Amino acid sequence: MIVPQTFQLPPAMSEGAPEVDWLFYAIYWFSVFFFVVITAATIYFVIKYKRKPGQKEEATIDHTKLELLWTITPVAIIVVLFHISFSAYIKNATAAEGATEIRVRGKRWAWEFEYPNGSRSPAELYLPVNTPIKLVMSSEDVLHSFYIPNFRMKRDTVPGMYTTLNFKPTVLGDAQVFCAEYCGAPKVAPGQEQQGHFSMLAMIHVVSEAEYKKQLDKMDKMPELCGDKPCTPATWGEQLFAKNGCPTCHSKDGSKGAGPSLKGVFGTMQPTNSGPQMADDNYIRESILRPQAKVVTGFENAQMPMFGGLKDPQIDALIAYIKTLK
Amino acid sequence: MAAVTTPLAGHHEEVDPNESYLEKKGLMSWLVTVDHKRIGVMYLAAVCVSFALGGLFALLLRLELIAKGRTIMDADTYNRMFSLHGVVMVFLFIIPSIPAALGNIFLPIQLGTKDVAFPKLNLLSLYIYVFGACFGLYSMINGGVDTGWTFYTPYSSSLKVGTTSAVIPMTLAAFVMGFSSILTGVNFIATVHKMRAPGLTWRRLSLFTWSLYATSIIQVLATPVLAITLLLLTMERFLGLGIFDPALGGDPVLYQHFFWFYSHPAVYIMIVPGMGVVSEIIATFSRREPVGYMFIAMSSLGLALLGFLVWGHHLFVAGMSEYATMVFSALTFLVAIPSGVKIFNWVATLYKGSISLESPMLWALSFIVLFTIGGLTGLFLGMLAVDVHLHDTYFVVAHFHYVMVGGTVMGFFGGLHYWWPKFTGKMYDEGPAKLGWLLVFIGFNVTFLVQFVLGSRGMPRRYYDYLPEFESFHRISTIGSWILGVGFVILLWNFIRSLTSGKKAPRNPWGSAALEWQTTTPPPVFNFVKDPVITRGPYVYHLATTEELSRD
Repeated sequence: MIVPQTFQLPPAMSEGAPEVDWLFYAIYWFSVFFFVVITAATIYFVIKYKRKPGQKEEATIDHTKLELLWTITPVAIIVVLFHISFSAYIKNATAAEGATEIRVRGKRWAWEFEYPNGSRSPAELYLPVNTPIKLVMSSEDVLHSFYIPNFRMKRDTVPGMYTTLNFKPTVLGDAQVFCAEYCGAPKVAPGQEQQGHFSMLAMIHVVSEAEYKKQLDKMDKMPELCGDKPCTPATWGEQLFAKNGCPTCHSKDGSKGAGPSLKGVFGTMQPTNSGPQMADDNYIRESILRPQAKVVTGFENAQMPMFGGLKDPQIDALIAYIKTLK
Repeated sequence: MAAVTTPLAGHHEEVDPNESYLEKKGLMSWLVTVDHKRIGVMYLAAVCVSFALGGLFALLLRLELIAKGRTIMDADTYNRMFSLHGVVMVFLFIIPSIPAALGNIFLPIQLGTKDVAFPKLNLLSLYIYVFGACFGLYSMINGGVDTGWTFYTPYSSSLKVGTTSAVIPMTLAAFVMGFSSILTGVNFIATVHKMRAPGLTWRRLSLFTWSLYATSIIQVLATPVLAITLLLLTMERFLGLGIFDPALGGDPVLYQHFFWFYSHPAVYIMIVPGMGVVSEIIATFSRREPVGYMFIAMSSLGLALLGFLVWGHHLFVAGMSEYATMVFSALTFLVAIPSGVKIFNWVATLYKGSISLESPMLWALSFIVLFTIGGLTGLFLGMLAVDVHLHDTYFVVAHFHYVMVGGTVMGFFGGLHYWWPKFTGKMYDEGPAKLGWLLVFIGFNVTFLVQFVLGSRGMPRRYYDYLPEFESFHRISTIGSWILGVGFVILLWNFIRSLTSGKKAPRNPWGSAALEWQTTTPPPVFNFVKDPVITRGPYVYHLATTEELSRD
């Protein structure tokens, strides 16, 4: 079922979304009605009872029945509103039997997804259409919130606990993911690309079951084309470098960020907190998987997350790319 | 004359209690005064400066958002800017705006008494507020904070994964200013209970007094929780005590419970006094006792009570249990009842009134219209299934600006225009006042109406940059903020001109039957030349004498 985009709401792409939309428009028209009545009455009275010279003031008579009417009627209305919205909420909050579980990890300022087969991918999530999904989410640093407007879904990711989101995508296409809980921004040198809470985006691709399998198959492998040229490990590495959010802290031009610049680093001696260290293949591999093992002097307080989700060919490609940064 | 022979504790003996409270000149006469009116005027100056500062931050934010990408500042500066906008507007402007400024000036006069119950404590409240503001200023000089005014943990409390900005001085600022708020609350409660003029029964209290009374109860009960929370936050950041940071064994959601346990009731600290002002203005400019006087008064107390029971609706998507969300959603809906009661009664008061549209009334009527939008959009957010979509989007931003600006700021400026002639002794020009109101009304709606649509289309709040599809609405909103800004500048200019060259104000320019208009303009040091004896409520126009209702 394809719900057309309305003026106020983005396209609905999940099973639960049309009901939320119905509720939204129900309360919207309810509000419009009351707003018009109250505003019209106000304007009408202001015009009708404009002060006339020599007018005699009248005593106000209290109308207890009227007071009770507009105290009790809203009670009836809000009971209905509460009931219908809570029913829809609980339906959306309950996981379907046999839902596909996807792990979502939030860290500043990127989302990472882990599929049931163990494959991981940053920034992009493929989901099979018409399959119940359960996202099991966590955060590695501060609060984030996983927000998918097309599914009318949102849930904070909280460090130290799991939160879940349950839904069933019903429409093929792309659904934008935002971070909806403020999570800061790094200080960057003037002229550098701005990052932060606002750039913590991801894209969900709702695809057919067959396409989903195909995407999972090639997930950790080198794609055929990087841009319009055939991929080499170095150009694939460049893609992975960007996708995993590395440029947030590591510049390619020698300028200092939250982490050391990687320009001309490969093959040189680096001062670290456990003595001088040759920046060779093994050191770079270790720094990706266990960043705190040997930290370059001057960056002891930087908190680089571990990128344990990367597979060997991907790490090889990243090393190949870092070798090209001269 | 004989009636004022009892000097009030704390007042200087050499003061002639019958001369205008503005008569004595010199800086020291202000700095060590215990006169509630002078303290109120100093609060008023402070909150107006804060409002201008917070407004300047807002204009810069909107300017940054006029187009995609970087416009005038980088992401980090933007984050500090919106945090400071929130902190300044909430703690320095809106919470003290009506109670501490207008309330201080008019609560004792409306009660027919010479001063508040504890005049020296009142002065101490002002100094504590200024002292707290100094901490805030210190934080701003050191780069301010980039946590949002909510200081959510662990971002605000963790030195490892959190912010490096000046969080401790800013939380201390809010902590210190909290004491000012508590002491003012205690003072007002004691004053209302103990200092009422002879004959001023509870049923004859002004609705403004009722609203301040309800507000004071919230201030006294809720603010200590904020103080404790901010202290715990500071201890975690400073001493590494694990309370909220999961890396230290704490719980970040616990912080949100603590914070909103104060900050939701604080929303009623902000809005209820505005409602009180509107009740006064509507009565005066309709020349009619508000319909359902007791219902309006009790709805203020109702809001004060319900305000304590709904904090959880800020945590609907925060990882709270489904059963807790159910309870908080149900309780949240109850807020609609006292709010609705007020709106319906105000509109009913206009019916068969004798309405005159001078500038204070325009603010009061805009309050009704804009607060209705603010209240109704609150229903969207109370509905759980809809809130999950709208939470933390621009829809929420628009909703609370309709309540806080469309409500409280309209009430504040309405009250300022309404009582200005009384406490300054000067009239302002009606033309620029109405023009300023019109620009604020239009500018406000242009700025914030589109933000509802931005939010429901999925634009999250606190974003430095946005997707291309949101650009046109952001542009409209920014243009609206300029109209809004121009409106406020005109109002400010009009007030300054009134002070420098305004006509002398008569005793009762609006022909009100309320007590504060019966004393001379500006009021004498002890508020009344002759201690008043109250024989009727403040809005009983058909019993008021022609002399009472006359301008001079």
